[in-house]
This record gives sequence, C-alpha cells and structure tokens, in this order.
Amino acid sequence: MSDIEQRVKKIVTEQLGANEADVKNTSSFVDDLGADSLDTVELVMALEEEFDCEIPDEEAEKITTVQQAIDYVNAHVK
Amino acid sequence: MLSGQIALVTGASRGIGAAVALELGKQGATVIGTATTASGAEQISVALQQGGVKGEGVALDVNNAAQVEEVLKAIGEKHGTVSILVNNAGITRDTLLMRMSEDDWDAVMSTNLKSVFRLSQAVLRPMMKARQGRIISISSVVGHMGNAGQANYAAAKAGMSGFTKSLAREVGSRGITVNCVAPGFIDTDMTRALSEDQRNGLVQLVPVGRFGDVQDIAAAVAFLASPAAGYITGETLHVNGGMYMA
Ligand SMILES: NC(=O)c1ccc[n+]([C@@H]2O[C@H](COP(=O)([O-])OP(=O)(O)OC[C@H]3O[C@@H](n4cnc5c(N)ncnc54)[C@H](OP(=O)(O)O)[C@@H]3O)[C@@H](O)[C@H]2O)c1
Repeated sequence: MSDIEQRVKKIVTEQLGANEADVKNTSSFVDDLGADSLDTVELVMALEEEFDCEIPDEEAEKITTVQQAIDYVNAHVK
Repeated sequence: MLSGQIALVTGASRGIGAAVALELGKQGATVIGTATTASGAEQISVALQQGGVKGEGVALDVNNAAQVEEVLKAIGEKHGTVSILVNNAGITRDTLLMRMSEDDWDAVMSTNLKSVFRLSQAVLRPMMKARQGRIISISSVVGHMGNAGQANYAAAKAGMSGFTKSLAREVGSRGITVNCVAPGFIDTDMTRALSEDQRNGLVQLVPVGRFGDVQDIAAAVAFLASPAAGYITGETLHVNGGMYMA
C-alpha cells in the first residue's frame, strides 16, 4: 500500500469512525461507510489538513469513494 | 460549571458583553473579550482580572475578516480552541426607512449579522472536532416585534434567528448548540442614547416595570452555555420583562 493510500485510509477510518477492515479502495463514504453530508465535509477538511492543500467545492463533490480521494491527492499534491 | 471552557465574547468592553464576559468567567471559563480599540482591550483585561477571571481583552473589528482570522489563531495558540462563542458586538443606526442611507443599512447588517456568519464559521471547525460547542448570538426583541426607525437593525437581528436555526440543524449531531438571546430594553449605552421621554414611554410597555439589567442577559447566556442547556438548540430565549411574549 502506498504511503498516500495509507494516510487517506487512516483519515477515512478516523473521521467516519469506521472499522479499518471495512475501508476498502472501492468503499463509498455514504453508501458503504454510512457518512452523512456533514461527515463528507469534515472528511474533505481533514484531507486538506493532512495533505496541506485546498480542495475546491466542485472537486470535493466528486470525491465519493476512498479511491477517488487517493487519486485526487496523487494528482494534486506534490 | 464552565471550567475548562474557552469563551470568546465580542464587544465585551461595555454593556451586555462586559457582563456576559464576567459571568462566564465566574462560572469557570477562560474568557477572551473583544473591543474595537487597543485601549478598550486593555480595559477588558483589567476588568477580568479584577473580577478574578482568567482571560484577556483583545482588539477586534468584527468587520475585518483578516483580523478575525488572526485573532482566532492567536487565541488557539495561547489559550486553546474556543468552545463558547458569544456574538454580542452590535451597533444601531436608527432612522426612518424614508431617510435611511445605504451606508446605514450596510453598517448595521455587517456589524450585527455578517459578523455572526464570520465568527461562527471561524470557530466551527475545532468545535466539530471536539464534538462540543456553544454558539450564542445576542439578537433583540426588535428583530421579532419590529420597531419604527430600526428597519436595518430589526432585519439584522431577525436574520440572526434564521441563521441560528439553520446552523443548529447542521451541527446538532456534533454536540454543538446554536441559540439566540433576545434582550428587551436593557440599561446600556445603546439605550442611554434615547431621550428621557422615550425611555419613560418604553417602560410602560414592560410588565415587569423596569428596564433590564445587563446581568439579566448575562444569566441567560450563562445558562445556554452550560451543560444543562445541551438539549436546547435553534432557540431564541427572550429576556424582556414580558414586553413581548413569543
Ligand atoms: N441595550 C439594549 O437594550 C439591547 C437590546 C437588545 C439587543 N441588544 C444587543 O446586545 C448587544 C450589546 O448591546 P449593548 O447595549 O451592550 O451595546 P453597547 O453598550 O453599545 O456596546 C457595544 C459593544 O459592541 C462593540 N462593537 C461595536 N462595533 C464593533 C465592531 N465593528 N467590531 C467589534 N466590536 C464592536 C463595542 O466595542 P467598543 O467599546 O470598542 O466600541 C462594544 O463593546 C448588541 O448586539 C445589541 O444589539 C441590546
């Protein structure tokens, strides 16, 4: 598992209070991990903090799964 | 009752804000009170110290977004994150609508209402993380009754109520409550600006038969800030001697 993948999964696990085992790359925050709209906002804010970046609202809306979050970070954070 | 809490009270140099700051401090909170000037901030520090309260005064113009950010950062570093926010800073620019300038409107909207958006947003993130918080805004009976000569002020105060209900819905699940305290006529600089005749006329409208004291408001704010009020949110607590019954 890449470093970024690990960090993203850790944040998702913490923010959503999910079981580590349930947080798979394909997991959807809302459908699989039970996030509500506020959770997803908090999650995005936590990602911004962890990776020291700003995720614009239009982009944030498209991040709905663990893999999408990993892809976003890979593409935008140096 | 509030020990370990960090309270930020805007407009704490005089009137209601000064009383609220002292009361929260007496209940055990560390209190940061704001004034628009450095000398006002210094006076707050002195008043808190004399009252045996932990905390300090800081200079803050709630209309200055950059300053809000700076002050919150400094508080975070020095005292920890704010767990109780009291949006108290406010001004009036009274005149009949026929004569009201756009500047009168904007100034009142910005200082009374936009400041609430700004400060609340600034404290929300740490409150969400901590899974607890209190946001209390000082509105006014006028926001509910209307008052000739105060269309700008009444609109701003009524706006606080809508803001409060919406935010209460957004963050209720995170242990954060959001409420208003709506004073009636309280004896402060703001109401001392009225003429003797006006004041006498107004007292006739109050069943309790007197202007309110700042302590009447401070007690209501302290209650809403307390753990005992954890199930009250989105609410306006009217403290007006019965002049308006919602
Ligand atoms: N008094 C009443 O009867 C009454 C009734 C209903 C509601 N209220 C509300 O209660 C709140 C307090 O009223 P009050 O009677 O105690 O008022 P006040 O005695 O006039 O004090 C106003 C406070 O707000 C501060 N302030 C003004 N403009 C500011 C700005 N741009 N940025 C930061 N702080 C600012 C002032 O700081 P400086 O000292 O530095 O100027 C002062 O500390 C207000 O929101 C008011 O609308 C009052």
